[in-house]
Amino acid sequence: MRVLAAMSGGVDSAVAAARAAEAGHDVTGIHLALSRNPQSYRSGARGCCTIEDSNDARRAADVIGIPFYVWDLSDRFHEDVVEDFMDEYAAGRTPNPCLRCNEKIKFAAVLDRALALGFDAVATGHYAQLRTGPDGLIEMHRAVDHGKDQSYVLGVLDQQQLAHSVFPLGDSTKDDVRREAAARGLLVADKPDSHDICFVADGDNAGWLREKLGDRAPNHGGDIVDETTGEVLGQHEGTVGFTIGQRKGLRIGRPAPDGKPRFVLDIEPVSGTVTVGPRERLAVERLRGIRPRWCGTVPERLEGTVQLRAHGHEHRAVTTVTDDGVEIELLDPAYGIAPGQAAVLYDGSRVVGSATIAVAERVPA
Amino acid sequence: MTSPTVYLDHAATTPMVPAAVEAMTAHLLDVGNPSSLHASGRHARRIVEESRETIAQALNCRPGEVVFTSGGTEADNLALKGIYWSRRSGDHRRTRILSTSIEHHAVLDPLHWLAAEEGAEVELLPVDGQARLDVDALRAAVERDPGSVALISVMWANNEVGTIEPIDEVVAIAAAHGIPVHTDAVQAVGAVPVDFAKSGVDALTLTGHKVGGPYGVGALIVRREVQVTALVHGGGQERDIRSGTIDTPAIAGFAAAVELAVKHQPEHATRVSALRDDLVRRVIEAVPDAHLHGDPDHRLPGNAHLGFPGCEGDSLLMLLDARGIECSTGSACSAGVPQPSHVLLAMGCADEAARHSLRFSLGHTSTQADVDALVEAIGPCVERARAAHA
Repeated sequence: MRVLAAMSGGVDSAVAAARAAEAGHDVTGIHLALSRNPQSYRSGARGCCTIEDSNDARRAADVIGIPFYVWDLSDRFHEDVVEDFMDEYAAGRTPNPCLRCNEKIKFAAVLDRALALGFDAVATGHYAQLRTGPDGLIEMHRAVDHGKDQSYVLGVLDQQQLAHSVFPLGDSTKDDVRREAAARGLLVADKPDSHDICFVADGDNAGWLREKLGDRAPNHGGDIVDETTGEVLGQHEGTVGFTIGQRKGLRIGRPAPDGKPRFVLDIEPVSGTVTVGPRERLAVERLRGIRPRWCGTVPERLEGTVQLRAHGHEHRAVTTVTDDGVEIELLDPAYGIAPGQAAVLYDGSRVVGSATIAVAERVPA
Repeated sequence: MTSPTVYLDHAATTPMVPAAVEAMTAHLLDVGNPSSLHASGRHARRIVEESRETIAQALNCRPGEVVFTSGGTEADNLALKGIYWSRRSGDHRRTRILSTSIEHHAVLDPLHWLAAEEGAEVELLPVDGQARLDVDALRAAVERDPGSVALISVMWANNEVGTIEPIDEVVAIAAAHGIPVHTDAVQAVGAVPVDFAKSGVDALTLTGHKVGGPYGVGALIVRREVQVTALVHGGGQERDIRSGTIDTPAIAGFAAAVELAVKHQPEHATRVSALRDDLVRRVIEAVPDAHLHGDPDHRLPGNAHLGFPGCEGDSLLMLLDARGIECSTGSACSAGVPQPSHVLLAMGCADEAARHSLRFSLGHTSTQADVDALVEAIGPCVERARAAHA
């Protein structure tokens, strides 16, 4: 197979490319340039975008012995991921730009271009497993290393995308991958893992959003209101950047009468009101999801589990497919669920599909 | 690689000629700093001075006008900053620098720096659709206030699209007002006739690795009468305007390469331009909507800069590379992000058009077989690259 290996400059994608080459594939490495202004993106974080990351990817390709190029996807990334991120926050939702990037960039713009250029598949360093199911379709399963499993951020891939994807790391632990990188002489073996959003340079999402949104922000301040008493507890500088379930950074300044910490329960972008309350008021037992994406056959009803954030817990859930999305009934309540986040549906270890949370119904008081 | 490499990127760098390798390696084991006073030092100094004389003879300048540098970029920096500083210290009103919008980054970036840090007013003059300087615009810019112009810098030939610039006209305009002229002739030496004295320029940049010499060595040829403020301070080795221990072996190789390149320039230009014309004609036959950028007549003999509408240049480059055919998108890959070429944008190409171009550049090792290989590959590669762009 002719395989295009997307190389971020991190250890995972380097080992993935090396394994693909060792498996006998004809591998070409590419680094995606996602920012027009590379310095502004985090170094050593998600590792998509800095000059140093590009050089690390290039050196890894040299060591593996494969050709290497930089592809400029910065315009597409800006339109499809960064703008969407801003729009979603402006609307009071909490998007996951990594899923969006996988859906729109890595396994769409890049994959389409790769196929047209004569490649058969795109390989990445994601931790997830692909196998052929009894119906002949490609199934995606959680990685062997549950701590590193990234099937959640791949839950947006459809059968066509999965059929042209290669995830060489799905059967390995992160420790094994680091050891293998060192053994292969890849200098990125000790490079730190990425955690934050690659295009927010200092990890301060709220500050970044305030600066970038400017006049597009739905408000520039408002009240922080206690749900129980209706009392105005304080002011904030804009709802953008708040997320449901958030506890830190509220700066209310005085404790609740019951002494318990307060959490963001609701964000109202038009009025600018942020409602807070105790943790138990975050409990959600029913979700409505839109924009469903299915990895294979569309189920009518699924008794399985749902994961509601990257590295989050699994919740037992019954999902019903409707005309315009999915209804998800959680058998145990989930806390701090924000519209905009992805609900990824699992049947055991297998990813069935995903939807974007439109409504998270809190348990009535 | 199973098939032999088809190297069509001589404008980026060209292989060393055997005579240069011989001249350079002959001195790699010699001991002796050319600045030392003993016999070994004198021996090294003699090689450096003979090399200087060789280059002076080849380019028709005085030996004392050859200032060795680490290459073209340093020579450009030395010319622009050194002449700007000295002209401004002679008269504080002289802060304008006139140049073109199609210069190499080794000129553009020092100019931006001078504007940002040193109070220079940089005017980048426009070019026409074939990348030829708008001489009337230059004249108007000079005549608006000749006393405020510190210097003019116009490249001899453009590295991307190969257009040869009207240096004689630039010199005529400048000479009327006593304004010094610098030219980056990195692509021109050995490709077209370059005669320093006859050209009338005051400073000229050349570099070793574009003429069959080694990397890491070049020269600024600068008239004795022109004051240049030093950029690199230290032992004052090169006319007190460029310090650093002199690299004797590299300079010997550089001089051998310049001598040969200039000596063989007429035959080289005839042979290579015939190959180039064949390449352009047959590539356009294979891809009928492909088109040549730059001046069709007044251009570097080895340069074929072609636009392929509907393709990304970097897709096409990758597909050709996979077949062992090496060329360039001509775009600066600063910061890892390919940018549309500033040269093509200055020529009036749309952003899209500036991204769909490739530069094929031939040199002294190019053969008919290289052209044939490209002609055979280009049709299918363009077709595939177009599909990827759709």
